Amino acid sequence: MQQKSCSCSGKPTDAAILAEVQKLASQYKGQPDKLIQVLKEVQAMVGFNAIPKDVGVTIAFAVGIPVKNVYDVVSFYAMFTDNCRGKYVIRICKSAPCHVKGAQEVMDAISEEIGIGFGETTADCKFTLETCECLGICAESPAMMVNDDVYSNLTPAKAKEIIKAY
Amino acid sequence: MKKSMQEMRVVLRNAGKIDPVKVEDYVAQGGYKGLQKALSLSQDQIIDIIKNSGLRGRGGAGFPTGMKWSFTKGVSADQKYIVCNADEGEPGTSKDLQIMKFDPNSLFEGMAIAGFAVGATYGYIYLRYEYPSLFPLLEEALKNARAKGYLGKNIMGSSFDFDIEIRSGAGAYVCGEETALIESIEGKRGEPRYKPPYPGVAGLWGKPTVVNNVETLVNVPQILVNGAEWFKGIGTAACAGTKIFTLCGNVAKPGVYEFPFGVNLKTIIEEVGGGVANGKGLLAVQTGGSSGTIIRADQIDMAMDIDNCAKFGASLGSGSVLVIDDSNCIVDLVNNLMEFFVHESCGKCTPCREGNQRLLEFNKKFVDGVGTQKDIDQMLSLSDTMMQAALCGLGQASPTPVVTAIKNFKDKYCKHAEGGKC
Repeated sequence: MQQKSCSCSGKPTDAAILAEVQKLASQYKGQPDKLIQVLKEVQAMVGFNAIPKDVGVTIAFAVGIPVKNVYDVVSFYAMFTDNCRGKYVIRICKSAPCHVKGAQEVMDAISEEIGIGFGETTADCKFTLETCECLGICAESPAMMVNDDVYSNLTPAKAKEIIKAY
Repeated sequence: MKKSMQEMRVVLRNAGKIDPVKVEDYVAQGGYKGLQKALSLSQDQIIDIIKNSGLRGRGGAGFPTGMKWSFTKGVSADQKYIVCNADEGEPGTSKDLQIMKFDPNSLFEGMAIAGFAVGATYGYIYLRYEYPSLFPLLEEALKNARAKGYLGKNIMGSSFDFDIEIRSGAGAYVCGEETALIESIEGKRGEPRYKPPYPGVAGLWGKPTVVNNVETLVNVPQILVNGAEWFKGIGTAACAGTKIFTLCGNVAKPGVYEFPFGVNLKTIIEEVGGGVANGKGLLAVQTGGSSGTIIRADQIDMAMDIDNCAKFGASLGSGSVLVIDDSNCIVDLVNNLMEFFVHESCGKCTPCREGNQRLLEFNKKFVDGVGTQKDIDQMLSLSDTMMQAALCGLGQASPTPVVTAIKNFKDKYCKHAEGGKC
């Protein structure tokens, strides 16, 4: 079965967006140690929460580092990906403190609510659904993040309501 | 009714009492007095005070802080760094989040004192991506502290310069390991380095670097103000001071609580946490985070200090206390933990990269009811290899839940081996 992904997946990035990426990354020219910061800002800016190849190449040239270094980092860290994602990335924590407090039920509820499985993106490119490891608010588990917004003490019903509001 | 346990707030003393970004609020509570005191002492005097206080690292390893500082102080270099490990990735640990959210200046002050003591003029806070609300809060607090002369050039009218920069993680548990963290600040994959050399001698960009946990650093100003003897008077002989515990999982009142070292685990769970939630029974407790020990309900009557926990076959680690009720299954829990380590192993060394994967596969056999005694033997043997041969703390500690679950819940594994469920 083919994984559900958004319609823009695999297509070249808009020239206008690449120009914005170039502008943003140029501020970090000659500062290769700031690469994570650049990727974080770019990923939030582009609207599809990813660093596809043309974006990565643009960053590499703007910062002044090999393209290989960009993908060294993108492929290593959980928050980065080269695969186009939805406008909102839903990350549900599956680490032990959430696991023992019903994280699976929350995952099932959200998956049902937006009609996709984990690792998939809705056809309208609005949501990508992922699991993640510990979000660090373990005394309020189960927890999830939607882009930079953190939600805790989730129940399946509460999680559905939160997602509906997006 | 029994009187409930009182917290002792040293590290979290200002939590909820001050506006975290306002340096004036912090100063009004006695803030930056520790730094002022430090600036009147010699580097060796400060290090001696920290050594005498018995302060040990709060990130999990428990290394004596004063000794760590003395290594860096003893090296001459044109530049040295203080790095604060605010990666707090150990599942079940939420203490550094609380500290930074409520009292960021106490961390800045601790870092500045460390900087003065070892001869560093620059510090980094490596903050995990998963705490997005802290980035603007810490930036604002830093700006205000600089504006009032508590950071930057000629701090508090002295000739000492020290400034702090925040660097973001991007979702990698291994970056809590100090050399992986350093690689990450340098803008690379967070893969641990071979040691030696240790960061204290050759760390960030090859320069001598002190890497301390948030909670460790926040203790420092208090020790300077109140003295080593005061600090030693709190806690136990082996572990001075307080420890912040994150009580989580199936407990009635989860939360982040600060107690002197030596507090009883049973007391934390039953009196502070109100026992197991929803009237269920206690199956197990995992102490020290996901790389910590899984113990039975009849093993929790234990004083929590690093050495005493070790004596009881448990780990204190980062202070996580994960309560697991009897609706859970230990074999399933171990599976969840091993999935975590398979995901988080950086892949640099074979024992960790392959070992965690194999441990997960073996454990899965028990989930599926087809495991055998031979599988148990192989899991234990492989765990032993990983503990001895893995490059960093991740692979050395990740077999801990496997080994302790098998040891303490042999009956559950046996049941699963026979095709049954527990």
